[in-house]
Amino acid sequence: MSDPSKLAAVERLEVGIPGFDLVASGGIPAGRSTLVAGTAGSGKTLFGVQYLVSGIERYGQGGVLVTFDEPAGEIVRNVLSLGWDLDAHCRAGQLAIVDVAAVAGEEVLEAGPFDFQGLLARLERAIRNVSAVRVVFDSLTGIFPQFTDRNLVRRELHRVTARLRELGVTAVMTAERTEEYGPVARYGVEEFVTDNVIILRHPLSRERRRRTLEILKFRGAAHQKGEYPFSIDGRSGVTVIPLAETGLKTRALTDRTSIGKPQVDEMCGGGIFRDSIALVSGATGTGKTMMATEFLSAGLRARQRGLFYSFEESRPQILRNAASWGVDFGDAESEGMLAIDSRYPERIALEDLLVEMRHRIADFRPVRLVVDSLSVLDRVSSGTSFREFVVGMTSVIKEFELVALFTNTTGVGGGTQAPGLTQVSTITDTIILLRYVERESSVHRCLTILKMRGSAHDKTIREYTIGDHGMELGGPLGGASGILAGTPAPDGLPAVE
Amino acid sequence: MTVTDQGELRLYVTGSTLLSTRAIENIEALINEELRGAYACEVVDVLERPDLAEEDGIFATPTLVRRSPGPVRKLIGDLSDRELVLSSLRLGPVELRAPGGGLERR
Repeated sequence: MSDPSKLAAVERLEVGIPGFDLVASGGIPAGRSTLVAGTAGSGKTLFGVQYLVSGIERYGQGGVLVTFDEPAGEIVRNVLSLGWDLDAHCRAGQLAIVDVAAVAGEEVLEAGPFDFQGLLARLERAIRNVSAVRVVFDSLTGIFPQFTDRNLVRRELHRVTARLRELGVTAVMTAERTEEYGPVARYGVEEFVTDNVIILRHPLSRERRRRTLEILKFRGAAHQKGEYPFSIDGRSGVTVIPLAETGLKTRALTDRTSIGKPQVDEMCGGGIFRDSIALVSGATGTGKTMMATEFLSAGLRARQRGLFYSFEESRPQILRNAASWGVDFGDAESEGMLAIDSRYPERIALEDLLVEMRHRIADFRPVRLVVDSLSVLDRVSSGTSFREFVVGMTSVIKEFELVALFTNTTGVGGGTQAPGLTQVSTITDTIILLRYVERESSVHRCLTILKMRGSAHDKTIREYTIGDHGMELGGPLGGASGILAGTPAPDGLPAVE
Repeated sequence: MTVTDQGELRLYVTGSTLLSTRAIENIEALINEELRGAYACEVVDVLERPDLAEEDGIFATPTLVRRSPGPVRKLIGDLSDRELVLSSLRLGPVELRAPGGGLERR
């Protein structure tokens, strides 16, 4: 029964799937049923099983799994690789499985009208036996082909969900969809089963599957709107990526740390902030990777662990370059102070990469993080995925209190940044621009701090050279404008900003 | 007829709902009138014995399970379709298959 006076305060049950509860504003409505609909392979069953396993492992809540599609044994085997031992939970009396999947070869004939009381009796027994708080039906749509009269199935399922509500359990019911952007589910199950609907999608985007989760509706309860990316990996199952920017506002900018070049630290007003993101933007050959190397090297000198993600250069190349600038990355790696992860970006789904990076960071606990370069990731992904990756990365950096340096490859010509990276500049705290400048018939390199959040900074443009000891900064360039555009013209005014 | 020749049926019902009562009446009438005692039928209430319902994989009620002679076969509903019930119970195991269905041999 829906009592309008109670709609305002729908209690939530924390699901425990990483990221999900943030998106769901606390969890799914407690004591109700929530439909999780998706096309084949969208992760519905995994979502359901993870809901139960989290309930048991994180909240000590018993669970019941009712399987219609796959025999229970198959599900048990499939999730074992994620470290979820359903059999063990069953033996411990925390999980009960009610297997109602059609048995191959077993004939069931209909000889008159019937109801689903048999299922209900088994379900209630299972709920009692494990004191279940959580119940999963996988899937509702799998019931329909087993019986001839769809109206009868609808009516009976309606009774089952009404009974579940009386019992006070919180149910997740999966349902199959035929299209990514079409009816909620087959057989119109959402209309009679539940007020709460979550959609899992995995449409093709730029020839790549991109998984998203959308909360379509929670009756009488707030939730975040829109599609949120999620990943499925062999370690933690479903991880929803909450693109919450809320975390970013609470950042405290106090402690400073070296970016790796004393002169640049000075220009930044005494170093960059811990728990912040610096973006080094410049054309190829301007020394971005070198700055990243020096950034990590400064961390190593202060006994800060570093993690280097390179999508541009191979490992041997990185080690060789670092050595030529007097930095021994090989030693640092064998000491466990540095980890280098180098790969070609072409095959990476950014949602998966983000989750993988988060795992890596959680395990390795670096203080400094380098991503070289962001622009390459932008190039190989869809705009949406990239934006989500950047925002997601930002919350990971915040969560683990990292100081991060991202590089961005721009064109050789003028302009202040590469197209498509505008979203990156808004979340970075420091932007360092490296640029080629043509002066007196030769090409020079110059550096400027475009932005330094929370602090005053030197706004001059400095010329620099790259020598045996890395970057050598010179004095401010004066007497010309148009330097950032790459075509300085002498004038009497100080350059830029 | 000896006890060993008698087939075993089990009828799962739910309390005394209309469907359950009808199913019990229908199977009793069929056994007495048509099948002449070829089967013994045990009635099980799923509300009292959900464990047996679990063992036999009962989903719908009423469900009539022919436990022997094999193979096990299930009929769901109030058994008002007398022809279907009779044909299912009369036939021997070899001819038991529904036309076009099933994965079993022969």
